[in-house]
Amino acid sequence: MPLWTRKSATDARRSANEALLGALVGAGEAALAGRSPWADARARFWRNRAAALSLCILVAVVLLCAVGPLLLPHAFDSADWDAMSLPPSLNNAHYFGTDDSGRDLLVRSLVGGRISLMVGMLATLASATLGIAWGATAGFLGGRADALMMRVVDMMYAVPYLLIAILMVTMLGREFYLVVVTITVFSWMDMARVVRGQTLSLRSREFIEAARALGVPTRRIIFGHVVPNLLGVVAVYTTVTVPGVILTESVLSFLGLGIQEPMTSWGVLIHDGANVMEISPWMLLFPAALLSVTLYCFNYIGDGLRDALDPKDV
Amino acid sequence: MGSYCLRRILATLPTLLVVVTVCYLMLHATPGGPFDDERKVSAVVLANLQAKYHLDQPMWKQYLYYLNNLLHGDLGASFRYADWSVNELVAKALPVSAAIGGGAIVLSLLIGVLLGSVAALRQNSAVDYLVMLMGNLGHAVPSFVIGPVLILVFAVWLRLLPAGGWDDFAPRYIVLPMALLVFINVATIGRVMRGSLIEVLHSNFIRTARAKGLPTRIIVLRHAMKPALLPVVSLIGPLAISSITSAVVTETVFSLPGLGKLIVNGAANRDYTLVLGLVVLVTVIAVGFNLLVDLAYAALDPKIRY
Repeated sequence: MPLWTRKSATDARRSANEALLGALVGAGEAALAGRSPWADARARFWRNRAAALSLCILVAVVLLCAVGPLLLPHAFDSADWDAMSLPPSLNNAHYFGTDDSGRDLLVRSLVGGRISLMVGMLATLASATLGIAWGATAGFLGGRADALMMRVVDMMYAVPYLLIAILMVTMLGREFYLVVVTITVFSWMDMARVVRGQTLSLRSREFIEAARALGVPTRRIIFGHVVPNLLGVVAVYTTVTVPGVILTESVLSFLGLGIQEPMTSWGVLIHDGANVMEISPWMLLFPAALLSVTLYCFNYIGDGLRDALDPKDV
Repeated sequence: MGSYCLRRILATLPTLLVVVTVCYLMLHATPGGPFDDERKVSAVVLANLQAKYHLDQPMWKQYLYYLNNLLHGDLGASFRYADWSVNELVAKALPVSAAIGGGAIVLSLLIGVLLGSVAALRQNSAVDYLVMLMGNLGHAVPSFVIGPVLILVFAVWLRLLPAGGWDDFAPRYIVLPMALLVFINVATIGRVMRGSLIEVLHSNFIRTARAKGLPTRIIVLRHAMKPALLPVVSLIGPLAISSITSAVVTETVFSLPGLGKLIVNGAANRDYTLVLGLVVLVTVIAVGFNLLVDLAYAALDPKIRY
């Protein structure tokens, strides 16, 4: 990860300068209280227009999915035989139209979004936890344990994950939490790799050495220098894991192997929409647009975070 | 080189063994047996059937039988399609997937390298924007959205091509699925090619070549291309694997009788042996591809020591 290794020199200089300044002023901490690296990063993130806009859109989508179904007059699973396959219209409050059993597509899209986003969050959280634990352990232990643990990661990479995921949902079942488990099993390796690399290289960095030489207590080295450096990568990789996870859930659901009726998700809706797109194309286009916009936003936010947390690249 | 090859080949064996074992154990953990049917069979017939398929043996023995069959290239019998062995099903489906997947990889390598190179040489030109746009689209719009949209446009609205199906390798049925795969792959290849060629063109030996007064054509073709292509070579492995997995989606979207469709149908029908056999087969192909690409990479890149 050359992106992150470049940081060392800057940080070393910064720590050394800080310490020197501190010694000169002789006042210790108070005199140095400048902008924190996090405030810097936040400012850089908001200056990146694509990332900032993406974050706003994403927040809007999440809020809509969370609150929307409560405010709209239709229920996501109530069929209305007098309103089958209606095109989108403002008159009857079916703003996205209805499906072939007369269920309101807007409400279904938002409820499906809840499920997709929830799978995204849960699987990402689980895989990030697993990846961080695995990577940090391997990095700290080093030697043979490290080699063995990383062999497992390589092995997981070599496997065509989607097919094994299909095998797993076939064998285990298609409950919501089983889908989450299946996706988690195949999405923790990136995080493990990155965290391991970061842990390994952090242990022997110049700025850590410099801090140690200046007599900074170990606790402050860990929380002041090591953890922030880990948190950056973790934040970036968590963000880029989410769209991948959502996509996997959608693929499984699209194939009819994920979330089951009457519950729905964006993948299920796109699957249903693709079946009837000749007569009601909106059934395909609205959920597809929602999914794509969400994926786009996550990608741009990931890029923005990466740039924001890497001072070298500006 | 010889010992490196041998070491790499040996290193793939544990991977394969672990995958086969884990999948086998999962298969065994599921309740129900192949003969728990609505159709009641008499106890004697059942015993005979179980003896025939070694189901009366302890599990480790069954596992060894399965491994032995695998080594002989026998993936077993299908649970659901009576009278069909997994091998026969695969023999029918594999050519379809291979034709579309293989064709798509070759085509997308050609197009991707070409577009990526032009984009790198003419930055901020129309081609450059096209490559970046495709890269973005291919990244965020999933294939199971692009596929139906292609059908909607070319089959439903323009009525140029069939919406799906298969007729013994007739080109009409191949165009759309292949176009979908090519689009997705070119998105990746083009971006990687563009990035790596730009990086190479900024390196010292290119500056030297320019200083010598070589024409741009020679610089690009003779000096810059080879190192710039290396990252693309390392992409072939993942691309091959992803075309196998995206075959699952394309073949569902376009209803093609390939491996992907087979596995999805197998999963929907809970045809355990079929799904297991296909997963094992695809894993072997994927691991083999990775191995080949690694070896090719080692042979091409002078910086790699083995």
